[in-house]
Amino acid sequence: MAKPGLDGHDRGARIIARAFRDAGFEVVYTGLHQSPEQIVSAAIQEDVDLIGLSSLAAAHLYLFQKVMDLLKAQGADDIMVIGGGIIPEKDIVRLKALGVQEIFPSGSSLDTIIDWVNKQVKPR
Amino acid sequence: MGTLFKEDEVAGIGSASKAWQKRLQERLSATPPRRESFPTVSGRQINELYTPCDVKDFDYGTQLGFPGQYPYTRGVQTSMYRGRLWTMRMFAGLGSAEETNERFHYLVNHGQTGLSTAFDMPTLMGYDTEDPRSRGECGRCGVAIDTLKDMEILFDGLPVDRLTTSMTINPPAPVLWAMYLAMAEKRGIPRKKLGGTIQNDMLKEFIAQKTFMCPPEPSLRLIVDTIEFGTHEVPRWNVISISGYHIREAGSTAVQELAFTLADGIAYVEAALQRGLDVDAFAPRLSFFFNAHIDFFEEIAKYRAARRMWADIMKNRFKAKSGRSLWLRFHTQTAGCSLTAPQPFNNVVRTAVEALAAVLGGTQSLHTNSFDEVLAIPTEEAAAIALRTQQILGEETGVANTIDPLGGSYFVESLTNETEEAAYEYINKIDDMGGMLKAIERNYPQMEIADAAYRFQRELVAKEKIMVGVNKYIVKEELPVDIYHVDETLEERQIARTNAVKNGRDQKKVKQCLERLGEACAGKDNVMPHLIEAASAYATLQEMCDVLRSVFGVYRDPGTF
Repeated sequence: MAKPGLDGHDRGARIIARAFRDAGFEVVYTGLHQSPEQIVSAAIQEDVDLIGLSSLAAAHLYLFQKVMDLLKAQGADDIMVIGGGIIPEKDIVRLKALGVQEIFPSGSSLDTIIDWVNKQVKPR
Repeated sequence: MGTLFKEDEVAGIGSASKAWQKRLQERLSATPPRRESFPTVSGRQINELYTPCDVKDFDYGTQLGFPGQYPYTRGVQTSMYRGRLWTMRMFAGLGSAEETNERFHYLVNHGQTGLSTAFDMPTLMGYDTEDPRSRGECGRCGVAIDTLKDMEILFDGLPVDRLTTSMTINPPAPVLWAMYLAMAEKRGIPRKKLGGTIQNDMLKEFIAQKTFMCPPEPSLRLIVDTIEFGTHEVPRWNVISISGYHIREAGSTAVQELAFTLADGIAYVEAALQRGLDVDAFAPRLSFFFNAHIDFFEEIAKYRAARRMWADIMKNRFKAKSGRSLWLRFHTQTAGCSLTAPQPFNNVVRTAVEALAAVLGGTQSLHTNSFDEVLAIPTEEAAAIALRTQQILGEETGVANTIDPLGGSYFVESLTNETEEAAYEYINKIDDMGGMLKAIERNYPQMEIADAAYRFQRELVAKEKIMVGVNKYIVKEELPVDIYHVDETLEERQIARTNAVKNGRDQKKVKQCLERLGEACAGKDNVMPHLIEAASAYATLQEMCDVLRSVFGVYRDPGTF
């Protein structure tokens, strides 16, 4: 679970982290103010199966793209990426075109997200 | 004055109440209640009925008094909205200084009576647009300010000698304030005339909003510098806006919002007193900022309790003598976290109800959220509706025609008392820990908030809490909404402008100013005069903030959840 960029809104990210932990997943939370480089590096180091990106300060297009590019450049683009936060409909389409698997915007249910991950994400 | 209700009458009502309870239970066994329990959005249980029994020791004189008199429960000013309505102050900021200036003019032309500035993430964090950390973030969630030049453009054509300006800025608050003061000086407006607010509340940053720069202790030092400077130099300015809004947005309950805000206030007063400042010299310029969340009566009770508590704290704990030192003056913003992305037009209704609570709670100034705020920065049209909401409340509904209209309601007075009691429990706990700074070190308020936020989310999943359009009354097809789009060329244009400013300034002067700023930081000199000098010489935001960072260090998010 990662907070890219300068955005400090972490209510959702921390709830997701807790919910997944309670659901039996191993969760690594990066904390705030992570650069895409730091996120990708941590993801590779921790050998994660899934990266969740949270953005509520409208910089998602640049930041999520950077993460996808870096994963590819480092041969780690088999790590799935999902996102959430304040992301308008038009941008969801653009992010999916970049390879982000799913976006769970504000209002998404915890159960929906966990179900999706259980169904769609396999251990690497 | 004594208690309002005669003991034997209350006893009589009590017996009648028991009889009514019996009838109620019979009714409810025939037809069950519509839900299992009736909690507020914060989770407190509300009774089916309130009677004098719930406020049987009610003493009008000591618990309510009159507006403008201790304990100020009914309002801090004597005439409240009979004198003038609350300030309609719409939070605005987008893209470049020009774009935001345009939005400021739009809102003023539509009748807003105070300015309020939203900055972009790089500015909020003390970075210039060109810094690699700022990539992709310029102008996205507020206005980009790199130098005094941007500040000048931002307020171009606006009468800052007659309108007050609020700036939502925290770690770099002294820097932005210095730029504002430099801007006004260049326009020939004397400092004594300037009115406004800087949020400047770092304790709640560590707790909730999380724009960070320097660690807590030096952050406090900088805040006391601004308090000291304001007291002498800018007497009409609210040097701090002690905030609960963000604490609530992070997921706290109403009681936590109130308690942690007042506990932060206590910490600031103590810090200023430690510097040797006289409480009556600075206390009148402390201001507050609360959330107006969706549970209507819980919010009204919160504001009334807040006023009474702060008056008591300032009078009895800090021995303030001047009346104004006891006033809890506050700005309110309707709750962003109560708005929904599904069916966004519903948000107009939520904002209106929340605004009404703030008005009935006696707020001094008010921002109403736009319905599209859950999707993007508000469009002009959406911001206009939000502003009109306030105007309709003030001009059409009559709710501002009498002061504290809910005073005397058995429910509201009971809830006010309960809220005060519960908030004091938290404050006492924090006192036992050694104060807010220590509590923050121990991660206490942060975890209370995280727990409350998680609880609420779980209740949403279980449908114990309902959000219309989110977990009930869902539609498959959403109505289309036009949203704001950032100009993609903004970032490079902003970088180019700042570079032009840097090339055109006296580099030697800037270097000297930054050196003197560094010396002031390392020593005991008040930083404000040095910041104003540096800002006037067109030092950039980051150049000044980097000096602060180099002397005071950098705070990092502990990353707990």
